[in-house]
Amino acid sequence: MTVWEWGISPFVEFSFMRRALLGSLAVALGCAPIGVFLLLRRMSLMGDAMSHAILPGAAVGFLLAGMSVPALSLGGLVAGLVVALASGALSRTTDLREDASLAVFYLLSLALGVLLVSLKGSSVDLLHVLFGSVLALDDDALWLLGSITGFTLPVLVIIFRPLVIESFDPSFLRVVSRCGPWVHMTFLVLVVLNLVGGFQALGTLMAVGMMMLPAAIAQFWARSLPGMIVAAVVSAFLSDYFGLLFSYYLVLPSGPAIVLTAGSLLGLSLVFSPRRGLIARFWPRSHLEG
Amino acid sequence: MFSNRPCEVGVSLENVTLGYERHPAVHHLSGTFCEGSLTALVGPNGAGKSTLLKGLMGLLSPLGGKINRRLAPAYLPQQAELDRSFPLTVEEVATFGLWKKIGIWRPITSTLLRQVQSALDSVGLSHFAKREIGSLSGGQFQRMLFARLLLQDAPLILLDEPFTAVDERTTRDLIALVKELHKEGRTIIAVLHDLEIIRIHFSETLLLARELVAWGPTSEVLTEEYLAKARALQEAWDERAPVCARNWNAA
Repeated sequence: MTVWEWGISPFVEFSFMRRALLGSLAVALGCAPIGVFLLLRRMSLMGDAMSHAILPGAAVGFLLAGMSVPALSLGGLVAGLVVALASGALSRTTDLREDASLAVFYLLSLALGVLLVSLKGSSVDLLHVLFGSVLALDDDALWLLGSITGFTLPVLVIIFRPLVIESFDPSFLRVVSRCGPWVHMTFLVLVVLNLVGGFQALGTLMAVGMMMLPAAIAQFWARSLPGMIVAAVVSAFLSDYFGLLFSYYLVLPSGPAIVLTAGSLLGLSLVFSPRRGLIARFWPRSHLEG
Repeated sequence: MFSNRPCEVGVSLENVTLGYERHPAVHHLSGTFCEGSLTALVGPNGAGKSTLLKGLMGLLSPLGGKINRRLAPAYLPQQAELDRSFPLTVEEVATFGLWKKIGIWRPITSTLLRQVQSALDSVGLSHFAKREIGSLSGGQFQRMLFARLLLQDAPLILLDEPFTAVDERTTRDLIALVKELHKEGRTIIAVLHDLEIIRIHFSETLLLARELVAWGPTSEVLTEEYLAKARALQEAWDERAPVCARNWNAA
């Protein structure tokens, strides 16, 4: 078997593999830039919290309509937005810090979700909600993923400048402009939207992985913000592609395979990154003159 | 001692109390920053200096009293508040200062880029435009924040410990810039610790120890008597402090 056959034939032969690749690439394109901003804002764990917050909404959708993409997504979206906006509002109006208020709301939301799932539906269904199935994406799901990414990227471009300023120096933005809270809220909406998209393709737990791991990898390879975003998208694409191949040949569940591939890329970056890698640290090149 | 000389009002404070969780950090402060004045804000740690700046900027609303600010502010934050590892270049950070001109969408034209370059020139960072901020020294970082401040072109300038953790030469350069801004008629308020610098370069001083101790010409404010009073006034945070009755007494 040639490398060409190994890398291409599964996608040529099987339409579910093509769909999986298309769907996960769409998720990567939207999630990776968001992850970079979460990382820079020191909100890496927010994605994790939000992914739990989405659960009760998805569960309600599941209870009402069964395994239907629109119902699960709509439920997840509503729950995620309620938690994001409520915790944002709570931390802005009280002394409770944003991470604390987010923790409060996502835990309540998660408890409610587990309760709802346990009311009806077997544990197999719960696993499906939690771990997703990129290998079973239908047309509806693909359209949803494509639309979310198609919405995310233009919005990110529009709010890019104030979002960067708000991430670096929020009080500066507050002094010069009133757009800070709107930019913050818009960003939270994008986080939720992309998690909902990711949870279709990879499951709630895996979706966060595709948001944060590529961003962490990007830190090892790029110095500038645009460079980091490109590096994150590229490493997310690589994880999708090779993750799906591993999952195909080794008969592994696809979501974890993709995230673990991203984890391996992170490991390689740790060793080989020219800036911060182990090799660069232990066998440094001679220093410059000035 | 209060500052009540006739002048064009830049910012006036009417019985202002600022604080957190009902505890005042700045207590019943009244007075006027004249337009075009150059004021040093002095006091022991915890005297409410940074809190007062936040109030002047509008980042913190008063627990009582009123702040009348006619002038748009620009602010130099304490360095420790910023993430030095953020992937931005010197030029990009300085460009933020053009916000009023570029807003969310407007393009950064070559004319504006020339302004950025000349601001970097005047803070002595001509050749640092493309450098990452993570590679700057403390002094260079402060110079970059000054460049951003210059580009904001604001009539009211608030500096929070601008010369802390900065070497002598940088301090000298930055003081020259501050005096330049003062000459252009801008109102400047700076939190400072070095009394020597204040005596030489700042005409007005506001001495604060949660309460106003003294406010006026520097030579009359920075006396042993007032400085001792400021130290004495600096009490600890009292968890069970009673409700302040001064408003009713005053009425």
